[in-house]
Amino acid sequence: MKGYRKYFLNKLLWFLVTFVFAFILNFFLPRLMPGDPVAAIVSRLAQGMSNATGVQAIYQQYVDLFGTNRPMLEQFFLYVKNVAQGDFGFSFSQYPRTVADVLKSSIWWTVCLQFPAIIVGWLIGNTLGALAAYLKGGFDKVLMPVSILVSNFPAFGMAVILLLIFGVTLEWFPTSGGYGFDLIPNFSWKFVWSVIVHYQLPFWSIVLIAIGGQAIGMRSMSIYELNADYVKYSRFMGIKDRKIVGYVFRNAMLPQITGLALAIGTMVGGALVAEIIFSYPGLGSTILTAVLGQDYPLISATALIITLMVLSANFLIELVYGILDPRIKAAQAD
Amino acid sequence: MKHTIQQVFHSGKFVVGFSIFVAILLIVIVYPLIITDPPLEIIGQGTFFPPGIYVNVYDSIGSTAYILNLDNAAAKRIASKLSNDDRLAMKDWLVADGIPENQIDINNTKALLDQWEKNYDPKKSFPGMTYAKQRYYLRLNTSLQGLLSTEGVSIAAKNADTGALEETGTVKQSDYVNINQVPNVRILPLGTDNFGRDVLTELVKATGVSLQIGFVAGIIATLIGLTLGLLGGYIGGMVDDVTMFITNLFTVIPPIVLLILISFSIGQEKRGAFTIATVIGFTAWPWTTRAVRAQVISLRNRDHVNLSKLSGHSIVHIILTDILPYIASYVVMALILQISLGILAEAALSILGLGPRTTEVPTLGLMMQWAMIYQAQILGKWWAYFPVIITIALITFSMNLMNTGLDQIFNPALRE
Repeated sequence: MKGYRKYFLNKLLWFLVTFVFAFILNFFLPRLMPGDPVAAIVSRLAQGMSNATGVQAIYQQYVDLFGTNRPMLEQFFLYVKNVAQGDFGFSFSQYPRTVADVLKSSIWWTVCLQFPAIIVGWLIGNTLGALAAYLKGGFDKVLMPVSILVSNFPAFGMAVILLLIFGVTLEWFPTSGGYGFDLIPNFSWKFVWSVIVHYQLPFWSIVLIAIGGQAIGMRSMSIYELNADYVKYSRFMGIKDRKIVGYVFRNAMLPQITGLALAIGTMVGGALVAEIIFSYPGLGSTILTAVLGQDYPLISATALIITLMVLSANFLIELVYGILDPRIKAAQAD
Repeated sequence: MKHTIQQVFHSGKFVVGFSIFVAILLIVIVYPLIITDPPLEIIGQGTFFPPGIYVNVYDSIGSTAYILNLDNAAAKRIASKLSNDDRLAMKDWLVADGIPENQIDINNTKALLDQWEKNYDPKKSFPGMTYAKQRYYLRLNTSLQGLLSTEGVSIAAKNADTGALEETGTVKQSDYVNINQVPNVRILPLGTDNFGRDVLTELVKATGVSLQIGFVAGIIATLIGLTLGLLGGYIGGMVDDVTMFITNLFTVIPPIVLLILISFSIGQEKRGAFTIATVIGFTAWPWTTRAVRAQVISLRNRDHVNLSKLSGHSIVHIILTDILPYIASYVVMALILQISLGILAEAALSILGLGPRTTEVPTLGLMMQWAMIYQAQILGKWWAYFPVIITIALITFSMNLMNTGLDQIFNPALRE
């Protein structure tokens, strides 16, 4: 277990370092921009809100929360302290809701939509890619061009096309929202069914995009492995084809897992945009409303949450990779 | 060099991708020379006019009238006013009024209208019929009046002195105008958008701007990635550790988050197309750095590099003459990919509402954003967003094809 523990600690350290770094960026990037953020916010507020007491309360709260009149470093520690307590301040555009409250209601939609979709897409894509490499012929000839075409589609483009075909033309699925607009979230069968129905289009649009990219990668990895010397050697030894194929795909799988870790940030970005197309009540739509409402605290907090989500996903993938990678297993044996 | 280019153009995939790309580029360059309308001019009063040829009604009345006796003209006229749904609705009403169903033939327009005229009574209401439905029948009845008449319509103008209407001419049902003789005809092949702008002209301009954004972003990202990768890979040691640390950090932090934070901080007023391009470039470099570094490390200990080192050449000289030429093909591929990623990043950013200012230049992302905000996809106004998606997909598709082609030439392991 020693080798794995070292690997695990290494990855954990890396996770923490990246998170701290992302956190610092999240704090300093907006403040590095020319101009005083508070002044900018106040001027934006004057356009956005008509509620004078609300403006005053937010302004005061913002000054208190981030202590913008204090030195930068002190502000930073104040920010750390507040965020650690889950206090991101008030949302400008949805006052008097707090940012934490807004995020709480949207984050689960995004988590439950994106991660299952990315994983399902990854699994299907890899299976198809491996099959294409193994079966060759007609299957490969059809799958490859389709995959290239699909993976070149922007995520929002796929979302719009699915929406158009299945939502508007065929009317199989609803076109927008996370659940029927006439329902109040509760645990009745009707509500759950409505959520499931609304889930389909966003889910499959993300899955399709993921399938395309992964299938191409897996196909070329498998072709590369199928031509490797150990495969030829195993064939000469008379090992059964089925068994060889098993080894080949296990080897081709490893780079694909790393690929997933690297791509997950981009995939989440694309999926956030897809959410907007379907007006899905997740973080993507939250960003859009925050941007339209010039809601600075909400944007900053959403960015932080997305970073945290992606970093955690990355961390988990790397842990799985550590278990699967024979080289790390070999290190354990030492 | 010449040989390499020849080889590149023997690859079918590259040629196809290249042709698509050049075609798009040519359209972007040539179209504004032929059609010189400003792309952001608001011409339509209203949102989402469907694609078609728009003929000025006033001018067509004044143009020479030609009489064409076409048999199906009347049928077409009626069909455009009286849809199948309307016919079914009329039948429903008549059946409810007590006329046997087998006596109603909804395909026989004349008979149907006769029956309707004889039986319809706006005051009559049936149990179970909603008020909205009743109003619908009222409207339908009004629109049906005069449908079968063979008379023309009179054109009248107001007398300036008395204010009374005076007939200045008549338009017969068999009158036609030649579209070439009408002075004001505007062809809108893709209709207008939510602001009332010509979508095709806007799209061509937007494609140009988006390509520029992609180029700027791609070149910035590739330059940063190339510099860091070369330095880290060739010099190694401390420099490599530092560059790799930074690169790894930015690889895991999702670029979309950085883009959102920076673009929002810049503020709507200061976000021009090139600011956005620069921001995209500065967030997209990490994977180019990693890729270049890996290539450089594999080259670092080659004989010719060592020879150059022994000859006392400077690091800059070695990098420029002994390393760069060997990874040039790779860098070109990375650049192409970065350009297409830059275009996609701009589109994603714009849909999130963080794209360039709307008033100055159109971009593909901005067109998409406005179409989505005005719910063109739900209203079925396909011309506002579908051409945009197709354009983006074509650009990225052509670039990826070029890349695959190049890859097969420069990477012998992938040749089939």
